[in-house]
Amino acid sequence: MRYLPHIDSDRKAMLEAIGVASIDDLFTDVPEAARLKGLVDLPLKQGELAVERAMSAMASKNISAGSVPFFVGAGAYRHHIPATVDHLIQRSEFLTAYTPYQPEISQGTLQTLFEFQTQVALLTGMDVANASMYDGSTACAEAVMMAARVTKRDKAVMAGTVHPHYVEASKTLAKYSDVEIAVTQPSVGGLDELIAAIDETTACVVVQTPDIFGQLHDLRAISEIAHAKGALVIAVFTETVSLGLVEAPGDMGADIAVGEGQSIGVGLNFGGPYVGLFACKNERNFIRQMPGRLAGETVDADGRRGYVLTLSTREQHIRREKATSNICTNAGLCSLAFTIHMTLLGEAGLRTLARLNHETACELADRLGSIEGVEVLNSSFFNEFTLRLPKPAAEVVDELARIGVLGGVPASRLYPGQFEDLLLVTATETNTESDMIVFEKALRGVL
Amino acid sequence: MTTRYTEDHEWITVDGDVATVGITVHAAEQLGDVVFVELPDTGKTLAKGDEFAVVESVKAASEVYAPIDGEIIAINSVLDDAPATVNEDAAGAGWFVKIKMSDASQLDGLMDEAAYNAHIA
Amino acid sequence: MAMNTQGRPTRMAENVATGGYGDTVSGSRGLEQAEPLIFERGGVENTGVDFPAPKGSKTRLGGLERTAPIGLPGLSEPETMRHYVRLSRKNYAIDLGLYPLGSCTMKHNPRLNEKVARMPGFADVHPLQPASTVQGAYEVMDVLAHWLLKLTGMPAVALSPKAGAHGEFCGMMAIRARLDADGETGRRRVLVPESAHGTNPATAVQCGFTVDEIPADAGGRVDMAALKAKLGDDVAGIMLTNPNTCGLFERDIREIADLIHGCGGYFYCDGANFNAIVGRVRPGDLGVDAMHINLHKTFSTPHGGGGPGAGPTVLSEALAPFAPLPLLMIDRDNPKGMAIMHMAEHESELDGKDLHPFGRMAAFHGQMGMFTRALTYMMSHGSDGLKQVADDAVLNANYILAGLKGVMTQAFEGHCMHEALFDDRFLKGTGVTTLDFAKAMIDEGYHPMTMYFPLVVHGAMLIEPTETESKGGLDRFIEVMESLALAAKAGETARFQAAPVHAPLKRLDETRAARQPVLRWTPAADAAE
Repeated sequence: MRYLPHIDSDRKAMLEAIGVASIDDLFTDVPEAARLKGLVDLPLKQGELAVERAMSAMASKNISAGSVPFFVGAGAYRHHIPATVDHLIQRSEFLTAYTPYQPEISQGTLQTLFEFQTQVALLTGMDVANASMYDGSTACAEAVMMAARVTKRDKAVMAGTVHPHYVEASKTLAKYSDVEIAVTQPSVGGLDELIAAIDETTACVVVQTPDIFGQLHDLRAISEIAHAKGALVIAVFTETVSLGLVEAPGDMGADIAVGEGQSIGVGLNFGGPYVGLFACKNERNFIRQMPGRLAGETVDADGRRGYVLTLSTREQHIRREKATSNICTNAGLCSLAFTIHMTLLGEAGLRTLARLNHETACELADRLGSIEGVEVLNSSFFNEFTLRLPKPAAEVVDELARIGVLGGVPASRLYPGQFEDLLLVTATETNTESDMIVFEKALRGVL
Repeated sequence: MTTRYTEDHEWITVDGDVATVGITVHAAEQLGDVVFVELPDTGKTLAKGDEFAVVESVKAASEVYAPIDGEIIAINSVLDDAPATVNEDAAGAGWFVKIKMSDASQLDGLMDEAAYNAHIA
Repeated sequence: MAMNTQGRPTRMAENVATGGYGDTVSGSRGLEQAEPLIFERGGVENTGVDFPAPKGSKTRLGGLERTAPIGLPGLSEPETMRHYVRLSRKNYAIDLGLYPLGSCTMKHNPRLNEKVARMPGFADVHPLQPASTVQGAYEVMDVLAHWLLKLTGMPAVALSPKAGAHGEFCGMMAIRARLDADGETGRRRVLVPESAHGTNPATAVQCGFTVDEIPADAGGRVDMAALKAKLGDDVAGIMLTNPNTCGLFERDIREIADLIHGCGGYFYCDGANFNAIVGRVRPGDLGVDAMHINLHKTFSTPHGGGGPGAGPTVLSEALAPFAPLPLLMIDRDNPKGMAIMHMAEHESELDGKDLHPFGRMAAFHGQMGMFTRALTYMMSHGSDGLKQVADDAVLNANYILAGLKGVMTQAFEGHCMHEALFDDRFLKGTGVTTLDFAKAMIDEGYHPMTMYFPLVVHGAMLIEPTETESKGGLDRFIEVMESLALAAKAGETARFQAAPVHAPLKRLDETRAARQPVLRWTPAADAAE
C-alpha cells in the first residue's frame, strides 16, 4: 500500500523488538467476540489511477457552476479566486500542520491568524474577531449563546429574514439550554416587527443584512432601541463581499457581527468546508465570553515579537463543562484562504469587487424585472434580490436547469410551504453579459 | 486577627462581622501566573460553598468557593488590572472579596494555619 | 604564467570562529526571513487583483453605502507570495517530519485526495442547486456513508457535523431527543471518565446534561466499581473514548455498554481514536449507540493548521430516527433503474416516515470537501489497506513504547494501542519538566508529543506516531528521545530549560499574552491613545 512504509521484514523485526509473536497479540484487550475474523465487506485497495477514475465519474454527474450561466446564492456565493490562493494553501507547512499549540514552530499559522482576526475586525467595524468558526450558521448560533451569557438574559429575537438555516442552527444549539429563541414573520421589508419584539428581558436581537431576500437594513435605529433596553445586537451577513460596499455592522451599532466568509477565498464546495467569521466589540466581558480560538501578540524570551493562542481558559480543553463552547477544530485552512485572498484584494480591490457585484446585480435586476409578470421586490440590495414570478419558483428553477441555466433558489426551498412564487437570484463578478442574456431569454421561455 | 483556611485553599480573616477572603499562597503557586480574576458584584448574597469567583492562569481556571454565608460588601478591584497581585501577595493585597457574615459560628469548622499546612503537605 | 585576476577564496580562512554571532541587521537569519504583518507592509491602495473598471452608474443600496475607510492593506501578487511563503517556513508540518501528537493522528495526507477535492464537479458546485444537477455529489455522500457504516457496523450515519466536537453534539443531541421522546425526562446525568477530551463534558452540558466524572483505575481504564456505583435511573448515558486517551483499549467495554443499557442510558463513543481499530473492530459490535468519526484523523483529511475537519456521526437503531436535517433521501427502485437522490431539508419533506430530526446543525449538509478526500482515501486503502492502517499504527506505537520504556517511565503496564503514554517520573529530581522536555524535542527537529493530557497522568507525554512512519524514522526518533532522557538525567537541565534555541522563536511569554491581550493589529496612532 503506497502510503504505508513498512515491508513485511520491517514488521517482523518490530514485532520481535516488542516481544510478541504476531500483530494479533497487540489486540488481545479487544473482547474476543468483537474481533473481526476477516476483512470488512468492502472493496480492496486500488491504485491512484483507478481511484481517480472512480471519483471523477461521480464528479462528472454534477453540473459545476462554472460550466453554465449561474445565479445561485442564498448563503454561498460563486466568486473568482486568484490562483495564488490555492497554491499557497497547498504549501505543506500550512496544509499539513496541526493547531498551533507549539508557538515556537507555528509562527506561520499564528501570524496569519492574527492577520485574519484583524482583517475580520476591520471589515465588520468591530474591535476583535476570533480565529474562525465552522461556518456562518454556527457562528450565528454561538453569538446568540454568547449574548445570553453577557447579558445574563435568556430571550433572543431573530428576524424572520435571517437565513432560515442560520435560525434553525441557532435553535438547535439553544434547544436544551435556558435560551429561548423567538422568530418574527419573514417578509421583504423593514424591521418594524423586530423592533417591536424587543423588551427589557431580551438578551439579543439578531438581524441579517443583506437579508435572505437580499434587502439591506440600516441597523442604527434598532441598535439604539435594543441598547436602551439592555439587549445586544447581533448582525449577520452571508455575503462578505457586501462589506466592501455597504456600511459595516459595527459602524451601525451592532455589538456582535457574525457571518459566512466563504465568498473570500473558499469556493462553493457543495456546502463545506466554509469559514465562520465571529467579531465583537471590546466591551464589558465580551472577549472572555467569546467562543473559539484567539491568537494574540506577545514576545519570546529574547524579546522578539511573536504570536500565541491565548485566553484559552474559555475553551473546552481547559474549562471543560464550563467552556464558552465545545468547539475545538475550526476552519483553519479556510481562514488562511480567506486572509490570503483578502490580502490580494486589499481595500481597493475589495471595493472594486463589491462594486462590480452590485452593478452586475443591478443590471440583472433590470433585465429580469422587464419580463412581463416578473417583479423585483427589493427596495435595496447588494448582489442578490428577490423576484416574484407568475408561477411556482421551484418549477421554474427545475425547468431552467433542464435547459442549462442555474437560475437561483426558490424561496420555498428555505421556507417550506411559503413564498412559492418567490425566486432568490444572485449575480456576481463571475457573470458575463452573455450569461445574463441567456438567463433572461430562458426565463422568458419557461414563464 | 487569626486567619482560617478551607480545604479548597481559600483563606479568611475576620474583623468584627466582616470577613476578608482570598486564595492561599499555596494555591497561587499551584496555579502559576494568574492572568485574570473574575469577581462577583457587590451586594450578592452567598451561602457557604457557593462559587463566587474564578481565578485563571494561562492553562488553568479554578472556581473559588465561599467559606461562610454572607453578603459581598466589597471586591478587590485592583485585581481587574493587576491580577499578578495574587501571585505577589496572595495572603494580603491579593484578597478577593469582603463578606458581611451572617453566621460567625461557621468559622469554627475551618482550619487554622497548622491544620492547613498539614492538609497541603 | 597568466594570472587569473578573478581568483577568490573557496574555503573559509583558518582560525575563524563560526559560533556565537548574534542578531543580523535585517532580523532575517539566512533562509529564515523576517516578515512583518501585512498591515506594516501594504497600503489600502495596493492590490494583487485586476478587475475591469466599474461603470459607476447604478446603485440600489438604500443609502447604506460604506463611506468611511476600512483600513485593509493589499499586496501585489509577488509580495503576497513572499509574505505567505516566508510565514509558511516558520511552521512545522507532517511533510517535514514526525508529528507525534497523541490523540491527534497526524498522518500523511495523500495528494490524490487534494486533487480529487478540487475537481470542478465537486469544488464548484453549490449546495442549493437543483437535485438533478448534483446527483454525483449525493452519490459521494451515499458511498461515503456506505463505507462508514460497514467499517463501524452501525445502521445510520449523520454526515452534517463539521468536526469532532460537532459530531459529539450530534450524538448527544440524538440521545437527548430519544430520552425526551420516551418521556425519560429525569435522565440528565452523563458519566464521563476523568481522562476524557475536554470536548466531552463541554458537549454534554451543551445538550442540557450534567457531567459526573468517573475515575480511572490503576491500570488506566475505567474503574468498574466506581462506574457501577454511579449507575442509576437518572443516568442519560456515558461518553467514552475507545481506545481511551491513555492509548488503551477498554477491555470491559461490552460490560460497560451492557451496564449503561441495563440502567436505561445510551453509550456515546468518542471516535477520535478510531484509527487504532479501523478494519479490525466495529464499534457496532461493542454496544455503541453513537460515535463521531474524525475524517481529519482516521481518514487523513489535512489538519490545515486547525481545521477544517468533519465529524460524521454513526447512530444505532434507537437513535437513528432522531438524526439531524438535512437527510439524503434515496429512491433506489425508481422506474429508470438507477437511484435518484434528493435532500430533505425540512421535517415536512420526510413523507410521513417515522423520523424525528432533533434539528439542523449547520447551514448546509456537511463538509463535502472532506467527504471527497476521505472517500478517496478509503477507496485507495480498501478494506485490506484500512486493516493494515490499524495494524501498523498499533505496531508503531508499541515499537516506540518498547524502545523507550527503559529510559522513560511508561504510565501504565502492558502493551498500548495506537499511542504510547509516558509520565514524568523519569524526570524526577532533574529539574526538567515535561514542557522542557517537549521544547528540547523542537531543537532536535521533532514536533513535541501531546503533553499534560490525559489529566489522569502526572506530566503526561502521549506519543502517537501513526502508521505512515517508516521503521528507520522510528528508530531515529527513539534514539533521539533516549538521548534526551539520558541528558536530562545527567543533569543537563539548563539546555532543557532554555529550549528551544533552534526554532524561529524562543519560548513565548504566554502570561503576557493573557494578561494584556493584543488580539489584533492597531494603527500606531490609535495604539498610542
